[in-house]
Formats: sequence, structure tokens, C-alpha cells
Amino acid sequence: MEQQILVVLPHPDDEAFGASGTLAKHVQNGAKVTYACLTLGEMGRNMGVPPFANRVTLPQIRKKELEEACQAIGIQDLRLLGYHDKTIEFEDQDQLDAVIDGLLKELQPSLVITFYPGYSVHPDHDATGAAVIRTIGRLPSEQRPVVHCMAFSNNHEQFIGKPDVVMDTKDFLHTKLASIRAHRSQFQAPELLGNKKDVEKELQKQFGTERFWTYRFE
Amino acid sequence: MQLISQSEVQRRIDLFKDQDLYIHLEMTTGAYAAHRDSSKHPAATFITNSTVKYSHGSISGNEGPYRVGLKMQHGWIYSEGLTHYEESETDRLILAGHDSQGKLVVSLQLSREPF
Repeated sequence: MEQQILVVLPHPDDEAFGASGTLAKHVQNGAKVTYACLTLGEMGRNMGVPPFANRVTLPQIRKKELEEACQAIGIQDLRLLGYHDKTIEFEDQDQLDAVIDGLLKELQPSLVITFYPGYSVHPDHDATGAAVIRTIGRLPSEQRPVVHCMAFSNNHEQFIGKPDVVMDTKDFLHTKLASIRAHRSQFQAPELLGNKKDVEKELQKQFGTERFWTYRFE
Repeated sequence: MQLISQSEVQRRIDLFKDQDLYIHLEMTTGAYAAHRDSSKHPAATFITNSTVKYSHGSISGNEGPYRVGLKMQHGWIYSEGLTHYEESETDRLILAGHDSQGKLVVSLQLSREPF
């Protein structure tokens, strides 16, 4: 059983799609979860359909949606790190690493969840994962928490193989859907609307399991 | 956001001329464009909270999507594909272009205060 989990991801909704079932399962088993979300996703393109958000109102809307998603999952501790969407790869690395190192020292997590650097499509995802791996890699090996990475770039399995952690999250599907729906400015994309039953069935197929790769430090 | 009323946006453009303004100008195809379809070229660019001043500006495009051109002392600001504006904003001009799926493609914003 995990005591303390640290989730480090750059955008509101990254947790919902990739890890909400797993996190809900850990919370039910008594884990404490801290979610460090680097940005507010303020440069996102989805504004609701028809658009109810704009570039000015989006950060506050996404923040509220994120809080609601965390509540649905049972995440007890949300940290908003205040970086600007799309800029993580350009941030001062030492400063970014120091923030992550501070969280590791404070929380002493047994498990860290982040994106697999290089295989996570969005530059913010890759840069966030890289910062986590860099920072944890500097710790003496006996002090390193286990790191589970999410990856979804095209052909990622060709390079990093099959995920070694496949969580059965079917029992937490409703929690997962609630966390996704909380992100309504993003989730109202037309491709996810339509016949509700079909959507639910499709989501069940898609979200019944969550996949992670345990990061192997050299 | 509402569909653009050309006359109303023109009125607001006129209200902002000859003043120091903060601008947010952006265009994006989205970070996932090439991930979903490798024939797509991923492109995004934005400039935010630079100051500009225009002497003259207008919106054109008949039934839309609309174009806006703002003439500055040494150059131009240009934006095409605008479809929506924020009616409830009185101190800022918030313009955006959304595609057929509702996703933001382009935005042009002006304000007397930083965004």
C-alpha cells in the first residue's frame, strides 16, 4: 500500500485521462495524494461548445474544474505551481528542479506519477517528466521513490516496450468519468459528445485500465 | 463569447485608438495536431503583454470569419479568422476565432491593463 503519492503533471485534465482511476484506487486504500499541477492549461484550445470561455477567463475556469476533478478523485492536496502553459520547456531548469526537489523533501512520497519524458507528445508533458526524472535521479538510489510514467506518443512501445504496470480501474470508472467531466471546458469537445450511452461504452473500453512504465534509473 | 457583430467590434476598435495598450496575439493548430494526423503541421505562436499603439484600425470580412488590421506608427497588426468576441468585456477587446469543432485557432486581445 502506498502512504504518500506525489503526482506531477503540467495541465488540468492530465490527471483525469491518465491516472484518475489509479489515484482513486490508492485513495480508497488509504493513500494520501498530493497533486502538483504546474500550469492552469491557460493556452488550451477547447473553450466549450459553444465557447463559454476565452483566453482571459480560461485560467480561472480551468482552476475550478481542476479542483472539482480532484474532489471527484479524492485527491486531498492540490498544489498549483503557477507556471504558464506551453512554457515549461523554456523555464529555468534549476528553479524548476528545486521546486520539485522541495516537494520530494517535504512529502517523502513512496510513489511519484508523471509523464515519460520524450514519449508524451506535448512539450509541457515531456519537460515536466524530464524535470521529475532529473531531480529524482540526483537523489541517492536508496532514497528514490518509485516513479510511474505515463506515455502515449505514436510508436512509444517501440522504444520503451510495454507498460509494466497495468492497473485495473474498472471499479473506478465512474470516478474517472466524473473527473473527466469536471473539466467541462475541455470535455465538451464535439468528438466526446453525441449519444451518451455510446460515449460511456467507448469510455469504458478506453478507460478500464491505466498504463504506466516504471522509470529505470541508470 | 458571441458571434462577432462587425459594427460593435468596429466601435470598440475605435475606442482604443491612440492609446498605449497591452496585446495578446496568438495563433495555434494545437499541440496534438501532428500526433493525431501526421499530415498536419503543428504550429503555435503567441505574444502576450507587449505594448502597442495604433492610429487607425478596422474589421472586415462581410459575414465572417473576420479580419482585423491595426495600423501602428511603424507597422501593422493583422489577424484573420476571427469569429467571436466577448460582449460583456467593456474595458478590453477580446476577439477569437474558433474552428468548426469550437477549438480556438486565433485570438487577438487588447487591454489598457496587462492580461
